[in-house]
Amino acid sequence: MTSTSSMLTRHQRIERNVTLLGVLAFLAVIVGGIVEITPLFWIDNTIEKVKGVRPYTPLELAGRDIYVREGCYLCHSQMIRPFRDEVERYGHYSLAAESMYDHPFQWGSKRTGPDLARVGGRYSDEWHVQHLSNPRALVPESVMPRYAFLAENDLKVPDIKAELKAMAMVGVPYTKEQLDKAADDLKLQADPNGSASDLQKRYPKAQVRDFDGKPGRLTEMDALVAYLQVLGTMVDVDSAAAQEALAQEKGR
Amino acid sequence: MDKLIGQAGIWLLAMLVAIAGVAAAQDSGFAIHMGVFATAAAIALIFALRKADYKQLASGKPAPAPDQSLYDDEPIRWGIIATVFWGMAGFLAGLVIALQLTFPDLNFAPYLNFGRLRPLHTSAVIFAFGGNALIATSFYVVQRTCRARLALPGLARFVFWGYQVFIVLAATGYLLGITQGKEYAEPEWYTDWWLTIVWVCYLLVFGGTLLKRKEPHIYVANWFYLSFILTVAMLHLVNNIDIPVSFTGSHSVPFFGGVQGALVQWWYGHNAVGFFLTAGFLAMMYYFVPKQAQRPVYSYRLSIIHFWALIFLYIWAGPHHLHYTALPDWAQTLGMVFSVMLWMPSWGGMINGLMTLNGAWDKLRTDPILKLMVTSIAFYGMSTFEGPMMSIKFVNSLSHYTDWTIGHVHSGALGWNGMVTFGAIYYLVPRLWGRPQMYSLRMINWHFWTATIGIVFYAASMWVAGLMQGFMWREYGADGYLVNSFADTVARMHPMYLARAFGGVLYLTGACFMVWNVWMTIAGKQRDEEPMFSPEFNPAADHPLPAAA
Repeated sequence: MTSTSSMLTRHQRIERNVTLLGVLAFLAVIVGGIVEITPLFWIDNTIEKVKGVRPYTPLELAGRDIYVREGCYLCHSQMIRPFRDEVERYGHYSLAAESMYDHPFQWGSKRTGPDLARVGGRYSDEWHVQHLSNPRALVPESVMPRYAFLAENDLKVPDIKAELKAMAMVGVPYTKEQLDKAADDLKLQADPNGSASDLQKRYPKAQVRDFDGKPGRLTEMDALVAYLQVLGTMVDVDSAAAQEALAQEKGR
Repeated sequence: MDKLIGQAGIWLLAMLVAIAGVAAAQDSGFAIHMGVFATAAAIALIFALRKADYKQLASGKPAPAPDQSLYDDEPIRWGIIATVFWGMAGFLAGLVIALQLTFPDLNFAPYLNFGRLRPLHTSAVIFAFGGNALIATSFYVVQRTCRARLALPGLARFVFWGYQVFIVLAATGYLLGITQGKEYAEPEWYTDWWLTIVWVCYLLVFGGTLLKRKEPHIYVANWFYLSFILTVAMLHLVNNIDIPVSFTGSHSVPFFGGVQGALVQWWYGHNAVGFFLTAGFLAMMYYFVPKQAQRPVYSYRLSIIHFWALIFLYIWAGPHHLHYTALPDWAQTLGMVFSVMLWMPSWGGMINGLMTLNGAWDKLRTDPILKLMVTSIAFYGMSTFEGPMMSIKFVNSLSHYTDWTIGHVHSGALGWNGMVTFGAIYYLVPRLWGRPQMYSLRMINWHFWTATIGIVFYAASMWVAGLMQGFMWREYGADGYLVNSFADTVARMHPMYLARAFGGVLYLTGACFMVWNVWMTIAGKQRDEEPMFSPEFNPAADHPLPAAA
């Protein structure tokens, strides 16, 4: 009885002092975040080291912005969990390294539609264009909205170099050459006559072609399909080296 | 005079900066938003100039101080109307997107596609409906429990209107495709900065009123309001650190990305639930339930323990949104353990609320407002049991990515947040507008039942849908292959989505009763109706039985 009543007495001090109440409440709410979040920035095995992850090309980045703009992440995840059914349905489980250059991350929280973490290369460009334009023409059960307007909109990026620079400021390792050639690379990648080997010097394995079936035009559809086609293709997760590295990973 | 010139000068400057923003805009979305800013600043400028008392200014005497013996209820009246208005907008948007998932042809590209309307729905309900309810009730409660008039009256009005500008910027932004792509933190950098200014002013008004209190003790509801304001400020600032691509464009790049970005986002996202939708609404519970039941809070000691435990533990629960992802295991497990522990203080709050009705349970028969409040606490209890259960990794492996999560969120949002807010609105409207009581108590009863049945349809259909999705995705046949394609599972969702939309129709119908009821009460009308409870008495039958014939 004495101990509880003394607790109440001591608490009365807090109840009579706004500053004390505010400071103590603030201290109570910062602990959890500090303990859970800050170690992710220095604990070594948070992001495993695998080969192949590179920053997005300007066109892929522009496509990613469209993906974000249209709220695709509200129905599609990009995070395959390490379960047998998910791995068989979508491919190898997602690695932290594969989204290390994603600002913002797009793991998602809901699968009204399927996971897209490894959708790159699974379907043809034509399939994507048709499916985005009228999803139910290809998948009758689908409840996805139509995105035909993407093929009609010319791709407008106010300043792609500035965007790459902003990405570089938050830690995405764009080189000076990548920054300087950003505006040209944006057009080059969707140009059917563009030089793939030129772009691949700056962005290994980057795919150069006309993505939307309209060779003369650079549309939002070009950008979105280019982004979808690169998803999950950067890391060769099934290569022997990658498997060996993953086998040595601990704590995940 | 100096004050008037200063105020008008600030609004003029803000307007000119916004107009310059329109002129220099790199994209049309930014131009539109700067136009919204310029319009808002122009309206503020006109009001500042027109409401000034020039006769009094010319006389050179200092302005009379506001009467400190009266509460300042004007911004609260505005806040209640805004709560009802944005509530209707949010519920309607929810019904529309529920129907879009049922009948996809209801998507109208590009502005009214699901992907753009869904953040409109979540933000309208959480930040516009919930936020206005929190700001209005906190201003009401802090004055009554401190026995002091609201501090900084001009700033309080700025908080209200500034917050509405934030809502308009956020909502139009979603439709225009201006988003950061982080759930519940979608608004872009300039909207975030604006909200930061508004929120700091909110803290000043609330804290200032606490400082000038006439009561020695700070009432428990105010602990919750204060922790909600402080924590939301912290979450908002950290999760929205970003680099604008251009200061004349709407696009920005978030500072945190990948695995760190995911954890910061869900630390934010879960505590938007924890502090916006829980701590703030618990504050409402701690004032309005004892008032309506006319009983003291059940246990003072329990409120102390549950307050400190709740705010300390909630912050840790974020990683349960990232189970089995690329987030390190230790963080996932820590999040799960704290989520399960969180069950205890949550139920501490529920018990404190429900037991406050000790000795007043009979009032549930006659008082539909109390019925709304008690049901909201019951839904709080159910959601805060379901949440910890879903945060257990084994359960989460099934429930994550499915509509079970959506059902869980809505039993909390519709049941707990919605109903406690409706109860507070029905409590406040007659008092704020000086009416003897609401226009119709029976209509409140109708609201209660349509809303409750609506929630039952919603939650039940989403439980079935979620479990079905989860099991169908992982179903293997005897041949060792996956049984269902993804499209198969989508097709099976249709009846569930239809049932959910029907629940939404009921909930929206209930809210329409509220709009009518509030409207008529403010208009000063009283509905001629039977009282909710009157024991029957038949004088003709009130006599001894005659002898048998």
